[in-house]
Amino acid sequence: MGNTVMFIILAVFIIASALMCVTTTKIMRAATFMLFVLFGVAGIYFLLDYTFLGAAQISVYAGGVTMIYVFAIQLVSKRTLQGLEERVKSSKMITGALAALAGLVVVGLILLKTGFYTQEIAGVEVPMKEIGTALVGSGKYQYVLPFEFISVFLLACIIGGLVVARKEDKA
Amino acid sequence: MIPVECYFALSALLFFIGVYGFTTRRNLIAMLISVELVLNAVDINFAAINRLLYPNGMEGMFMTLFVIGVAAAESAVAIAIIINVYRKFKSDSVEAIQNMKR
Repeated sequence: MGNTVMFIILAVFIIASALMCVTTTKIMRAATFMLFVLFGVAGIYFLLDYTFLGAAQISVYAGGVTMIYVFAIQLVSKRTLQGLEERVKSSKMITGALAALAGLVVVGLILLKTGFYTQEIAGVEVPMKEIGTALVGSGKYQYVLPFEFISVFLLACIIGGLVVARKEDKA
Repeated sequence: MIPVECYFALSALLFFIGVYGFTTRRNLIAMLISVELVLNAVDINFAAINRLLYPNGMEGMFMTLFVIGVAAAESAVAIAIIINVYRKFKSDSVEAIQNMKR
């Protein structure tokens, strides 16, 4: 019962924040509403008893990615972005809304046609030790290869970001 | 006990709100924010399917974890590119970019 109430609160919070995020004209407000959506999704993970995932979501997304966006908005433009009022053409708005609605109808029909068997879960979270061994083990259902791949990928992204964003020499 | 369909409905709504934002926005950073919404919708699906339909495995959870990592890297590189585009074109709307090099 408590879970249901919590889920409804989180769902309304996420959907309302997402709607505000895509409809607001101020870019800084869009970033703030995205932060709210990310916190709501972290709450969904906690509700599913994926505590580690929720913590990762908060620390990486809400702590890291949102900061990058705020920095970019502050860096990109004193005049154009911070007080930006973005005008959206109404024809474009109608096209986008129609496309999104069509997709939503298709997905909704598929969901209605498919029957899912929801299992009763015991409500215990996945123990941290199990996550750790699965993340760095090399056996079956263990994930050391993607783990290492992600680390190399992150390094490549750091170097790529630095190369792309550095100031060009005058010479 | 929340049926898994509720999670799917929430994630579908979030996904198509993101799609709507991506098609209507003309600003590069706002478009990137919409992409983040879409990625989060997919993450909810992975976690819910793993937890409620196949509770014995951990594949969905690790998939979500890797998606979070890749999304962080993707947004960092994209922001670097946007800052560069802004330096070259003095604007960050998609209409301002006519060709990649000039």
